[in-house]
Formats: sequence, structure tokens, C-alpha cells
Amino acid sequence: MIEVQHLTKRYGRVTAVDDVSFRVERGEILGFLGPNGAGKTTTMRILTGYMPATEGRAIVAGFDVFEQPIEAKRRTGYLPETPPLYPDMTVREYLEFVAKVKGVLPADRAARVRTVMERVHVADMADRLCAKLSKGYRQRVGLAQALIHNPDVLILDEPTAGLDPKQIIETRELIKQLAGDHTIILSTHILPEVSQTCQRVVIINRGRVVAVDTPDNLTARLRGSETMYVQVEGAGADGRARLAAVPGVTRVVESDRRDGVVGYEVESARGQDVRRELARAVVTSGWGLLELRPMRMSLEEIFLELTTEEAPEPAPEPGGTVYA
Amino acid sequence: MRNVVAIAQKELKSYFASPIAYIVIGVFALLFGYFYITILAYFVRQSMTMGQFGGAPSMNVNQQMIRPLIQNFLILLLFMLPAITMRTYSEEKRSGTIELLLTSPITDFQIVLGKFFGALALYSIMIGVSLIHILLLFVYGKPEWKPIATAYLGLVLMGGCFISVGVFISTLTKNQVVSYMLTFAVFLFLWIINWIGSFAGPTIDSLTQYLSIVDHFDDFGKGVIDTTHLIYYLSVITFGLFLTAKSVDSERWRG
Repeated sequence: MIEVQHLTKRYGRVTAVDDVSFRVERGEILGFLGPNGAGKTTTMRILTGYMPATEGRAIVAGFDVFEQPIEAKRRTGYLPETPPLYPDMTVREYLEFVAKVKGVLPADRAARVRTVMERVHVADMADRLCAKLSKGYRQRVGLAQALIHNPDVLILDEPTAGLDPKQIIETRELIKQLAGDHTIILSTHILPEVSQTCQRVVIINRGRVVAVDTPDNLTARLRGSETMYVQVEGAGADGRARLAAVPGVTRVVESDRRDGVVGYEVESARGQDVRRELARAVVTSGWGLLELRPMRMSLEEIFLELTTEEAPEPAPEPGGTVYA
Repeated sequence: MRNVVAIAQKELKSYFASPIAYIVIGVFALLFGYFYITILAYFVRQSMTMGQFGGAPSMNVNQQMIRPLIQNFLILLLFMLPAITMRTYSEEKRSGTIELLLTSPITDFQIVLGKFFGALALYSIMIGVSLIHILLLFVYGKPEWKPIATAYLGLVLMGGCFISVGVFISTLTKNQVVSYMLTFAVFLFLWIINWIGSFAGPTIDSLTQYLSIVDHFDDFGKGVIDTTHLIYYLSVITFGLFLTAKSVDSERWRG
């Protein structure tokens, strides 16, 4: 449903997104996890056609967002970090306007507006000015706006930011209900949010994809294992099995392969150093050992920067960084 | 087309949802009314003087009443139009609603056109108020309607030029005050650009005469529709809208 290939975005000399690739299948909820400033918003803005990428391709619902932006946008609903509301319109007027510019047919408009308002529970606020809405309602109207043209793809940038705990739970439930009919990408910097709502996670840091996995696997990998990156020359089809047979190794993933050079990510139980055994296995197999290094740092570093606990109202400490 | 209308309607509605429309139209009505009364009083006194001497040809309402009125009117545009255009893009950028528009299945140019026509609609309503005064003259006098029609056509075109430039300037900043001041400065400069002409030699003189937005209005005021002026106004409008679209596009690239 969504395919991102080698996406890169540079602002002058700053690289905000660097060679990002991932796929999202139909009906899936993909979490986009990363600390603030990791490039989540930039990636989402590229996917929604708000800004072009410097390099790479993004295909949304079968349409390239650069080549056929109108077709892609017709199938995408987007909730930016701050809901894009017009303060001087009522909720109903606003949704009617959005329905118009999103191309909802005049005959269906009133019905769509009504359905969407019920779906996100804002029907009781229909005639209130957007300027007068509370933060929770603004977020919901923002979600309604993204849903109004019944898009295949929903892109939600920090949909729970700034909500109170009860609203957060409601919003997550709502997002889960929407999956299936819609393919969803949501960004967050809150770890538990991902494990509660998403089926798969892309972890992004400093513009690069660090890991793509299910939330459970990621947590397990993080808690209980260490990862080595091994690059060898001349490994055959049995390469993975040979490395997996090394004592102490729990999991081997082939991460890249070109011109006979293969890279593996080798996981082992925490605290167990398998480097010697790995090197020996490589040499006895008759391959050339090109690289052997621990990978664990990158992922851990990021998790240190993430919010790992639910803290809706953290007390700001002077000089400290507050993420919620 | 449907999208352009949707944006234009939204723009016009938001003028009336905020104080801007009422202030602009109210202030305009007040000042125009003042001009009207003073010029009318002057006109009446002049015709009485003429009448006392007797035999003189009756005074021309178009020449001596409506034309000076519209000349004064032009000065008002200088102040009023930046207030109409200052928020078009600035406000969307500040509140983040620009993200909604730019991620909707509509082209940048449809948004630009929508905003332009929205502002032009408010401006037309504003000058529509002045037509009430002019129509009163038909009750008591016999003005010719054709020069009035051409003058209003000229007013719409000239306003269109200023609006397209003003909308462009509003894409450059999030701040409405900055937007107003810059627009006002550019309008004023386009107004008086021909002043330098008489000192700077014949080439520059004719060039600046051509560029001066107000000079092109004269013929419209006299009841003449000259294609030179028509083309001038339409090209300035197109150029302004083109700059606006380019500015929005470059904003996307810079992020």
C-alpha cells in the first residue's frame, strides 16, 4: 500500500532524512518511532505530498507522490502535528470545506460529514467554532478531517501528543478500529504507544532507519540480546545456518548482499561475547572476514532518548529534556 | 474550477467571520462618503456660480463630479488593499492550515486562484458600496453611464493588480504586519515610479510611465477601453499570480 524507496531529504547542508526505505501492507498499522528531530515529520510530509524529496521514491496507494501527486493525495488522509483547523469556522463548516477540497462529491458531502463526526465523537460540537474547542476535541476534528474522503492511507503525526490519559486511550482505540479499512502510519516518540497500537515499527534516528520489526520482537531483542554485524566474502547459501550453529548465537538475519559480500546481523544472549567463535566459524568455513562489529549501540542509544513510560504530564526540570 | 470556487468561498467567508471585512468596508464607506459630500458641495456651488452668469453650458456630472471622485478613490486603494491581502497566506502559514491545503488533491495554482478571487470578491463588494453614491447622481442628474462602467472596470482591474502582488507578498511571511507594510511599500512604489522619469532621460521616462499602475487607469476613467491598458493590467495580474505560485512551490522545497 505504501512503498518508500531510498528517500532522502536535505535542507541545505542538513540531511533530515537519509536513505529511508520501508513498506506498509494493506490494513496494517505501522508505527514510526524515534526521538524528536529524527526525521519522522519530514518523512510524513514527503509521503503526503507536502514537500518533495531530494532523492528517492514514495508510492502511496499505487501512485508515485511526485509523479501523480493529485491521485496520491486523493487517497491519503493526513493529520499534521498541529491539527490544521480554521478558528473562525464551526466544526461542521470546516469539515464541509475539507470535504470539498478533498473531492467528496456534493451529493455525499453532508452524509460523509455526519458519519465522520459520529465516528470520532465530535457530533455534539458540530456548531461550535474551532477556536473554542479543547485540545482533545481539536485533535479529534483533525482526525475527522483526515478521514473525510475515506482515504486508503492515513498518515497521523503524533496523534496523541498533548492529550490527557483518557483521551489517549480513546484515540488509540479509535486508530485500532480504523485499521483494516485504512492503512495507517502513525508517528510517536512514546514506546508503549507503539506496542499498544502498531503491528510493525520502523525505528528512525537522525534520519536513518535503524530497525524494522514487530514491537514484541524489538522489545525482546533490546532487553535480552546483543547484536553483531558480520560481513563476509564468499559465503554460500548455507552461510546463515553456519553462523547460527555457533554456540551462543540465538538468531541470524541476512541484512545485505552484493557481489559475493554478505552482511549478517547475529544476535546472542546478553553478556555473552561470541566474537571469537564467530571469527573462527567464518575462517573455518573458508570465507573472508571483512567486518565484525557490535551493533547494539545504535538501537540502545535511541531507546534511551525515547519516552519509555507513559508520562502524560511530566514535571519539567530546569535544563532537562521533556519529551511528552 | 470547483476547487477554485471552494477556496474563494472559504476566503470570502473568513473575511466576514473576522473583523477585516467590516473594518475595510466600513472605513471605505466612511471615507468615500466624505469625498462624495465635499466634491458634491463643490460641484453644486460651481453650478450655482455658473448659473448666475447665465447662458453658460450646463456642467458635466461625469467630468466634474465622478472623475475627481474616482481619483480620490484610488488613493484609498493604497491603504485598503494591503489590509485585504495581508492575511491570505500569512495566516495559513502561521496556523499550519497551509498543510491541509497543500496535501489536498488540488494544485497550487488552484489555491492561488482561489485566494486571488476571494480577495477580489471582497474588494468588489467594497467598491460596490461606492456605486450606491454614484447611482444617487442618476436620480438628480443625467450622468452618462458608459464612462462610469469603464471606470469601474478599470478599478476592478487595477485592484486585481494590487491584489495579485499583495497575495504574493503574503506568501513571504508569517507575520501579517510585515505583510501589510511590505505590500503598502510596493504599492506606493508602483504608484510613484514615474516620478523619476522626468529627471532620468526619455528611455527611463517612458519605461516608468509604462510601469506606473495608476497611469494606465486614466483612460478607463475617461470612458475609453484601450487594449494597451487592458493587456498591461492582465499581465501584471498574471505575473503576480505566477510569482505567488512559484513562491509557494519554493517554500515546499525549502520546507
